[in-house]
Amino acid sequence: MEVGGYEHVVVLQNIKVVDGDLVETLKKIPRGTLPGDFLDAIVVGMDMLIKKYSSTNKGKKRLCLITNGLSPIKDPYEGSKEDQVNAIAQQMTSHGMKLESVVVRESVVLDENVSVMEENDRILNLFPKRTCAKMVFVESSTSLLGALKTRSISPVTIFRGDLEISPKLKIKVWVYKKTSEEKFPTLKKYSDKAPSTDKFASHEVKVDFEYKSVEDANKVVPPEQRIKGYQYGPQVVPISADEWDAVKFKPEKSVKVLGFTDSSNIMRHHYMKDVNIFIADPGDQNAILAVSALARAMKEMHKVAILRCVWRQGQGNVVVGALTPNVSDNDHVPDSFYFNVLPFAEDVREFQFPSFSNLPASLLPDEEQQEAADNFVKMLDLAPSDKEEMLQPDFTPNPVLERFYNYLELKSKHPDAAVPPLDKTLKRITEPDPELLAKKKSAIDSLLRHFEVKQNPKLKKSMKRMREKPSGSDEEDNYRRITSKNKVDLIENGVKVEKIGDLTPVQDFELMMSRRDNPEWINRAITEMKNKIHDLIEDSIEGDNYPKALDLLVALRKGCILEQEPKQFNDFLHQLCKFCLEHDLRSFCDFLASKGITLISKTEAVDSDVTEEEARNYLVKREAKPE
Amino acid sequence: MELDPDDVFRDDDDDPENEALRQRASSKELVVYLVDASPKMFSTKCPSEDQKDESHFQISISCILESWKTQIINRSYNEVAVCFFNTREKKNLQDLNSVFVFNVADREFLDRPTAKFIKELSRLEEFFVKEIGSQHGIVSGSRENSLYNALWVAQALLRKGSAKTADKRILIFTDEDDPFGNIKGGAKADMTRTTLQRVKDAQDLGISIELLPLSQLDREFNVSLFYADLIGLQGEDLAQFVPAAGERMEDMKYQLRKRMFKKRIVRKLTFSVANGVSIEVHTYAFIRPTVLGSITWLDSVTNQPIKIERSFICADTGALMQEPPKHFQTYKNQNVKFSVEELSEIKRVSTGQLRLLGFKPLSCLKDYHNLRPSTFIFPSDEEVIGSTRIFIALHRSMIRLNRFAVAFYGTSSHSQLVALVAQEEIIDSGGQVEPPGMHMICLPYSDDIRHAEELHSGTNAAIPRANEDQIKKAAALIKRIDLKDFSVYQFANPGLQRHYAILQALALEEDDLPEIKDETVPDEEGLARPGVVKAIEEFKLSVYGDKYDESDNAGHKKVSEASKKRKALADGAVQKSAQYNWDALADSGKLKDLTVVELKFYLSAHDLPVSGKKEDLVKRILTHMGK
Repeated sequence: MEVGGYEHVVVLQNIKVVDGDLVETLKKIPRGTLPGDFLDAIVVGMDMLIKKYSSTNKGKKRLCLITNGLSPIKDPYEGSKEDQVNAIAQQMTSHGMKLESVVVRESVVLDENVSVMEENDRILNLFPKRTCAKMVFVESSTSLLGALKTRSISPVTIFRGDLEISPKLKIKVWVYKKTSEEKFPTLKKYSDKAPSTDKFASHEVKVDFEYKSVEDANKVVPPEQRIKGYQYGPQVVPISADEWDAVKFKPEKSVKVLGFTDSSNIMRHHYMKDVNIFIADPGDQNAILAVSALARAMKEMHKVAILRCVWRQGQGNVVVGALTPNVSDNDHVPDSFYFNVLPFAEDVREFQFPSFSNLPASLLPDEEQQEAADNFVKMLDLAPSDKEEMLQPDFTPNPVLERFYNYLELKSKHPDAAVPPLDKTLKRITEPDPELLAKKKSAIDSLLRHFEVKQNPKLKKSMKRMREKPSGSDEEDNYRRITSKNKVDLIENGVKVEKIGDLTPVQDFELMMSRRDNPEWINRAITEMKNKIHDLIEDSIEGDNYPKALDLLVALRKGCILEQEPKQFNDFLHQLCKFCLEHDLRSFCDFLASKGITLISKTEAVDSDVTEEEARNYLVKREAKPE
Repeated sequence: MELDPDDVFRDDDDDPENEALRQRASSKELVVYLVDASPKMFSTKCPSEDQKDESHFQISISCILESWKTQIINRSYNEVAVCFFNTREKKNLQDLNSVFVFNVADREFLDRPTAKFIKELSRLEEFFVKEIGSQHGIVSGSRENSLYNALWVAQALLRKGSAKTADKRILIFTDEDDPFGNIKGGAKADMTRTTLQRVKDAQDLGISIELLPLSQLDREFNVSLFYADLIGLQGEDLAQFVPAAGERMEDMKYQLRKRMFKKRIVRKLTFSVANGVSIEVHTYAFIRPTVLGSITWLDSVTNQPIKIERSFICADTGALMQEPPKHFQTYKNQNVKFSVEELSEIKRVSTGQLRLLGFKPLSCLKDYHNLRPSTFIFPSDEEVIGSTRIFIALHRSMIRLNRFAVAFYGTSSHSQLVALVAQEEIIDSGGQVEPPGMHMICLPYSDDIRHAEELHSGTNAAIPRANEDQIKKAAALIKRIDLKDFSVYQFANPGLQRHYAILQALALEEDDLPEIKDETVPDEEGLARPGVVKAIEEFKLSVYGDKYDESDNAGHKKVSEASKKRKALADGAVQKSAQYNWDALADSGKLKDLTVVELKFYLSAHDLPVSGKKEDLVKRILTHMGK
């Protein structure tokens, strides 16, 4: 649907609650053929939001612009581009809309594009100055993934009240969480007890806890009859909750400054927990000023404030932590403080370690080695001055969560799908960037040349743990992992299949494909299967092996869909048909066509470049051709 | 302990249970306290803190008691025995004169201290004269040597346990610096010789012997008379000994109640540096929040421990079932099922090692890049020779270049992007303050970072910023309230200390609770100093003008406005509510025919919560009417 007046802008989907269809629609997003004007796109998006919600839902309406910002934008009919931005920004402000622009630039922009890019960046940058907008640049698909939030959480204050510098000076502040670990979702336990005919079965499992006397297993103790016992020496002392409440430590709710100290007195590794943020009460202009003045002074003087916090009344403990300044460079965002919890004396364990300088010379690097290390540290730079900082926490998604959600989507369509290997984009988080390694090969090689590592020969074989050992290439690596894993698996699950035999090839293949200890098994399984099929057809007399070959082919096809390896299957089928035609085995192609074997289409596996129609017609066409 | 229903998915990292378990295996101390009970120990009085005179004997006993109480809290597995010498009665396995081993029922002579044991010892005075009695054991003319006997008994007690796993000690408390002073001639030399021989035999068995001398007011304990030989003091140590021993007594009494941790390796890791070269590192938990001791649930009637039994019940059929092997997540209106294996496969994104990804300048590590306590890393050549050398070279380079390393740390169940920050060794007069090595800091993912500061970013006006003068005033204030030598180790956790104190008081049935000083409260006195007050007033004037008090009240006014509104609403509701005959409606069961708005009239008028579904509202009204 093209929108009137705004050329090359297509509304793919009107606003609705996200569902499976929308995901599908997005997957088939058409590739545009012409450069677009992102200002037009913003206007269209804004219009959609206004039409649907007019001025309600203030502050909850959000436009997210994803662009490479490399196509020139048109000059408006009247006024300048700036005026246009101003007008749009004003509209957004009045409707309480937020704009988030993600500018994706994977490679360096060259020549004539540079001026367009600079102009576009300037225009986009106007938005944060004029309205509630945010703009981020990402240079890799990994960062793009991180820039888009999977789950948004409406923030809740953990404290509202006074930041007390002295009894005479109290600043009104609100405290929020700045970081908080996003946990792996808790799944419900599944019960298969309900009959399959029951469409309304919840399939949920209730977990019941029962308390029983250790001595007499038949004696059930009601929950309210329980009492907590605390270890005192070898004894256990029963103390009821009421008893505790009467005497326990009950500090008053308050947040007090104990004093300021040099930031060098606080080590980075003393930070204990997730981080809080202190913001001045947004309704109190003076408090905003007071926080701003303190934050800026602390930053200039390299000071931190030490705080004693009791967030809630009735909290059984106090928290001592360091308040560090967070000076904002965006005019719309107030200055604030980060708060990190520090350890108490009881929390610090004083372990002693040998000084490096006291170690024997054989363990210390010499000058050349040190130089190689220096060079290595310098070269393996993740934050080069001319590029985006790689793996910035703000733009790095949690690979496990991403993988879970991808798998959830896959499983919703193919309930039996196995866990696919880690996506390439996510591998950039868990493994070093091969591009960076290749680019800085000389520094790495030099490091490796200067240092020698080897297994301690004195250790007995049995003492060595089964885990990856240094040295060797990636491939060797994989192999070793496969073999060492084998031993574990043998113990855990009995025999693991490593080859496709003649007796139960389909089962062997499936078992191999489902091996999760190494992604290499999949390739190995597919290759072996292909060879098996090939051999069967070649050895076939008057088509006696055809049904068997068909079984294998069907299994292979299913496996390739599950593992998202459509190309492997499609290429193989092409190759197989070609082989058959060349060797006068056309009957096999006909056989396959009659049994409805097709190529793997896009709908079955995303990575396939074959449409459904093409897939269906493939063997039919073959059939028609020679006639 | 409460059972975690999601046990399967628990992060195995830093498991406190596990830690405690491993600790138990580590070495413990076996200590025999030899307390001189000669009449002299009772006759000398020393002024104590609370102005009452205490005898040397009382001082020794209270010192031992305090030390044990601390040990119990520290959950040490130390075993102790207390043994008096120069007593009238005798009680020991060897049946030697003048030696009395103190004990209570159900306890071996050398065993872990129990509450009962501590209590009995603390009321020793009540029965000492009657049951034990004080009497010089070394008198001229007899060949008895009570010190010799005591050492012999102690040594026999310490036969328990092997010298390899236990640290064996004898502590002697006495104020007699010349035990054989009243013996003349050859007998004295003989006694001295046999006693020293006894000591030497004990030392040969791996027992260390320590002396805690108690000086008279007018005369210092003269170590050189006899004990220097016994404990092997020479030269400079000799002069230092008595004052140092005094400090040790104090230390024993006033040790922090804190669980002691043996240095132990949390994990041995493979740290892959580049291109398949991996080194070996060990991780240590340096800073971890101290948790209250583990809880045992008891039956409050019998005080017997209870166990928790978990059962799974199918929500659809009510059938009892085994732990279900599958979990599910509702997605796109369908239940997507996952097996436990699939879930753990999703989480396995790395092969349980630390992979170096690159380096960044320290300025890229922001204050909010934190989630949990850091872990310390130290290299080891135990399995991979050459590890320490590479580690030190990288460590030095990182410090020199002000960089930290970014790495991916993954175990099978949990994985995380981490920052490795090199820490240089810091030594002060008291020893190593910070050991050399790297601290592994958990970096948040974009999923974990929240942007609360942008929440209130005004869409209209720019946020106010402090001006130069305000910043200057803030700086002056910061300078005034300076904590010069702040160290994170300086505060004890008041909540924890109080918990321990209460536990001890209840376990020992002590009448009054010991006062615990909260060290974390601000220094009110210091804040009232004129210089500080002046700086505060100037800052207030600069930021708030003369409106500080008003702005302080502004908050209250706002609250009162809100409450006014609420009051007005309630008033309206009372009026409207009066138009209904609630009793009749309730009796005729017609409440459910009213609209939610109408129901809320009643609720607001009676100050009841108005949340929930219609059913809940009706139920609430009925409950309130008492029907």
